[in-house]
Amino acid sequence: MTTGQERHATRGARAFLAPALLLIAVFFFLPVLAALLLSFTDFDIYALGDLERLRFVGLRNYLDLLQSPLFWTALGNTFYFVVVGGPLSVAVSLGAALLVNAPLTRFPGFFRAAFFLPVVTTLVAVAVVWRYLYHPHYGLLNYGLGLLGIDPIDWLGDPVWAMPAIILMAVWKNFGFNMIIFIAGLQNIPTPLYEAARIDGASGWRQFRHITLPLLGPTFLFVTLMTMIGYFQVFAEPYVMTRGGPANRTLSVVLLMYEEGFRWWNMGYASAAAFVLFVLILAGTALQLRLRRRDPE
Amino acid sequence: MNNFLHRILSALLVYGLLMLGTVLALAPLLWMLAASLMPPGEATDYPPRLWPSTVTFEHYAALFTRLDLGRYLLNSTLLAGAVTVISLFVNSMAGYAFAKFRFRYRDRLFRILLAAMVIPAQVAMLPLFLLLKQFGLINTYWGVIIPGMANIFGIFLIRQYLLAIPDSLLDAARMDGAGEFRIYWALVLPLCRPILVTLAIFTFMGAWNDFMWPLIVLTDSSMYTLPVALANLLGEHVQDTELMMAGSVLTVLPVLLLFVALQKYYIAGIMLGGMKG
Repeated sequence: MTTGQERHATRGARAFLAPALLLIAVFFFLPVLAALLLSFTDFDIYALGDLERLRFVGLRNYLDLLQSPLFWTALGNTFYFVVVGGPLSVAVSLGAALLVNAPLTRFPGFFRAAFFLPVVTTLVAVAVVWRYLYHPHYGLLNYGLGLLGIDPIDWLGDPVWAMPAIILMAVWKNFGFNMIIFIAGLQNIPTPLYEAARIDGASGWRQFRHITLPLLGPTFLFVTLMTMIGYFQVFAEPYVMTRGGPANRTLSVVLLMYEEGFRWWNMGYASAAAFVLFVLILAGTALQLRLRRRDPE
Repeated sequence: MNNFLHRILSALLVYGLLMLGTVLALAPLLWMLAASLMPPGEATDYPPRLWPSTVTFEHYAALFTRLDLGRYLLNSTLLAGAVTVISLFVNSMAGYAFAKFRFRYRDRLFRILLAAMVIPAQVAMLPLFLLLKQFGLINTYWGVIIPGMANIFGIFLIRQYLLAIPDSLLDAARMDGAGEFRIYWALVLPLCRPILVTLAIFTFMGAWNDFMWPLIVLTDSSMYTLPVALANLLGEHVQDTELMMAGSVLTVLPVLLLFVALQKYYIAGIMLGGMKG
């Protein structure tokens, strides 16, 4: 009786799972494996027309990447974006969450929605808007800085400023997302803890340092991991705002992969670049998990 | 007295920062809207204008009459709508199976799917392109829709939601002799309504805002979605600031309105995903 029911249940489960698993297997897992194989071949525009021309080249694409100054530039730029933009974004998110969640704040719903609005906008559209805001002569940003007595900056045209400009725009676009997660985390901290600390005479800063931060630990890990993974994949911002310029200073690994793979059809080489990015993301994830584990809160 | 002063100062600080943040968050969007209504050339006046001298809709008119924007709007709506409807079914069925059925390798399978979420989508894109090319799906709507039809995060969200619903409800229906699909259709889906709305908003916005994959798959300009069309338009009309801003408004507006209308569900979804993740 029970076995019959269980068998029945298994069959039901299979039917419900089949569409999703089939789709994920064929259109995600299979391509990921194929990408690994592709990265060991010289798949190029000739192979695209005639598969006979495809040759196995072992690790050559990876060696070529490591010897390509352009790839190292893209890697450096991507790290810049992740290492500066990621923590900045998390810090701004946390600051915004603390402000919105402060006991003093009335109408927290209004501020939360206002800070969140950039998140739901279309990245390409707001990247276009920021291109104009960053204009060295007519741009609103330089005008505002001019009022404060700061000389105009050629945000997207100056090799030194282009990446900070893209980071600034990216942080503006997505800090609201992590803010929501931080607010949820803050609301899970029991208020009696703060009351007890206040009775003991702990200052606001000490309450933040010894109650808020430690109890936000899991939220912090989740937010930093997600942000890092997302930031490693930066593509649309440089594609729309700078096309990787000036002097390749905003060329990201994914942009390089796109150009090599879909513009020049060097698909073997581009797959190798994609896999290097994947390995970096894995390494970054492992590193963060280990750091967090070693540091018990 | 000292305490009172302290409270006034903290209130000033908190509200000052909140106001500053609100202005910074909204200024680019408000300027976009204002510039889209300015007569040609006014958005590049110096000092910059924050408000149009006279409101004009000519750029919106130009987008629809000369630049085929209606077509892109239709493409975007159709694609995002199709991805949303199809993926809701596929993901809810799988999420239901993971939450309410017992079968071999269930937990292992689920863990593998979760772990696969760290694989960046771009890794799959090159072979996916070749695969769809084999099927003749490049430059078709299906080429955009198919990779979005199943989504691990969606399955995860549905599963989390259903875990909290007692099995006894489903068992009662089973006792009454209802078929498995009927139980899913008539009982599970209505129970999942709030999370389905949340997932629908996520999916629709994700598909609407997506850029890289449509850029790769859609080669013919009549197939373009709004973001692809907008990036393309920038190449020819970079000098026409007001026109570009009107295009940006039209791209952003549908998702902004959707968010404002269904904010509650959207925020709840992020919290659910963030807490359990």
